[in-house]
Parts: sequence; C-alpha cells; structure tokens
Amino acid sequence: MSEVIVITSGKGGVGKTTSTANIGTGLAKLGKKVALIDTDIGLRNLDVVMGLENRIVYNLVDVVEGNCRLNQALIKDKRYPELCLLPSAQTRDKTSVTPEQMKKLTTELRESFDYILLDCPAGIEQGFKNAIAGADRALIVTTPEVSAIRDADRIIGLLEANELKRHDLIVNRLRMDMVKRGDMMSIDNVVDILAINLIGAVPDDEGIVVSTNQGEPLVGNNTLAGQAYLNICKRIKGEEVPFLDLESGTGFMNKLKNLFRRG
Amino acid sequence: MGLFDFFRKKNSSEVAMDRLKLLLVSDRANCSPEIMEKMKNDIIQVISKYMEIDLEGLEIQITQTESDGNNGSVPALCANIPITGMKGSGR
Repeated sequence: MSEVIVITSGKGGVGKTTSTANIGTGLAKLGKKVALIDTDIGLRNLDVVMGLENRIVYNLVDVVEGNCRLNQALIKDKRYPELCLLPSAQTRDKTSVTPEQMKKLTTELRESFDYILLDCPAGIEQGFKNAIAGADRALIVTTPEVSAIRDADRIIGLLEANELKRHDLIVNRLRMDMVKRGDMMSIDNVVDILAINLIGAVPDDEGIVVSTNQGEPLVGNNTLAGQAYLNICKRIKGEEVPFLDLESGTGFMNKLKNLFRRG
Repeated sequence: MGLFDFFRKKNSSEVAMDRLKLLLVSDRANCSPEIMEKMKNDIIQVISKYMEIDLEGLEIQITQTESDGNNGSVPALCANIPITGMKGSGR
C-alpha cells in the first residue's frame, strides 16, 4: 500500500525542503521505493538540496501538460536506486497546474512507489492547494518561533477543512542550550500549543548546512539531525522509536560529560 | 516556583508562549479584537440592566473546552464578570 505525504508549514524557511530531502532519502535507505515531487513551481529547490540539479531534463509541468511521459521526467538518484525526483518547473508559475492534475499524477505514481513525498511551497494559495490535493497525510514542519507556530496552526486548520485529517508535527531547528536557558520554546511547549501528534524533533545542526552545500542529505549519518531524521522515517513506516535525547551531543566529549552529569 | 521567582522577569520563551496563546485564540475563532471589544460592550450593557458589575475586573476571551458529546475540544466563549451588587434587590 503506497502513501502520499505532503510536507508543509505555511511559513517559508523553516525546513520543508530539507525535511523532504532527508525523509525521502531515509525511507529509500530503509529499502522503500520513494518518489519526491517538488511542487514549488517557479522556485524549485529540492533538486539542489538533493544534488540532482544537473540531471533535469523534464519537469512537473511538462508531465502535466503531456510534453513527456512521467518516466522521462523522473530523475533516478544513482546513490539509491529506489529513489526518484520529479523536479518542479522554474520558468512557470503555480497556476500551471491544478489540484485535479496533481491528484491524477499521484494516483499514477502510487502504482510504482511505496511513498510519494510532496514538497509544498510556502503560503496557503494555489501552490498549497495543489500540493495537498492528492495527499493521504501531512507532515507539518515548524520551528520554535511565534511566527512559524502561528502559521503552522493556520495550516492545520486548512488541512482539516480539506478533509486531510492525518497530520503529524516536526519541530525543527531546536537549540537545546536556548531551551534550557528559557529563551526558546521547548518541544512540549510547541506540542501543547498546536495539539497534534509529534513525529520528530530535529536539532539545529551545522551538519545541515554542510550537507546542503554538498547536495547530499545527512539522514542516518552520525549527527544528531541525521539520527533525528532517520527516526522520523522509521516512525512514518509505523515503527515505535523512542525520542532522541537532544541534549547530548554524539561526540565523545559530550558522552563523557553526560556520564558525569548523570552519575 | 521558588521564592525568588516572584521578582523574576519572565524569560523570553514564556513571553512567546503567552503571546502565541492569545494570538491563536483570535486566529482560530476567526474573531478580530474589534469584534471582541464590541461584544464585550454589548455584554456589559445587558448584564448592567440587572446587576452591578466590576468593569475593571471584567474579562472575556475565547478558550478551548471539552464538549460532552461529539468531538472533544471545542472553542468556548468564557466571560468572567465580577458582580458587585444586584440592582433593585434593596440591599
């Protein structure tokens, strides 16, 4: 049974594209067949985060308009044979595609993939409506900031109004040092306010910048963010995984420090 | 809360929480501050016909409450109106 998941947030710059790239790559690492769709027409970015920008021939709008077959537009990621990207068009706008066309596209993709992830544009207009049209469930990305949480709350309301009732929360860019000093809302604070199920918390990690520079998602590697994203993937698959202790670094010194702290 | 917390300034995450809670109440209710203000004035008018109330202590806001039957938590209009006396009760 395949699942279509939209990654959305309302506010821009909170980590939708990074999350889509890492979760997609993570699910592929776990042996699933995954298709990523960049629905941000006019501002495509998922291709660069994935490091596949040089291999684009056709795009989402080409498929929808029938300029090519779906298979021609899907870019196979050579690192993971079961991972594909359908890039967005850069020189068109959101009105080039309709929600009905997106529904049709996702239905077609369901036949050959286990998971179809849609990277949703910021905002609540046409692009958002297109992205959620064919989705079974949503992952809402937010950061522990007033503006991002407010937008996330609005998005949750809109998803429910559109009969998309399965949604889970990802709290991104947590800085535990700031949470400890009381200068950043905690995971519990955010979950309390938004009152939806938490599927993962990702710490603010320099590794994300490095991995985006290189075009290689860090999911699964030896960073806290890499582990956090891998755990999210497992939870999407239905596994029960305990939440990471974000306060401990993964380095040796941090582990040593923790040992004394606990002792 | 410790003894000295009384004098402590709220830290910024608590400020953020407080601001967000208020913000989301009006966002979710789709109800602007102007409408709330008008409603508050109307409520004062009606109640004042029958009771003397403390205008300073009056508070109305939209909150969440558990509904008995159907779908868990629903928005509720919560009015806290301190009564200082009854009108025409002769006391």
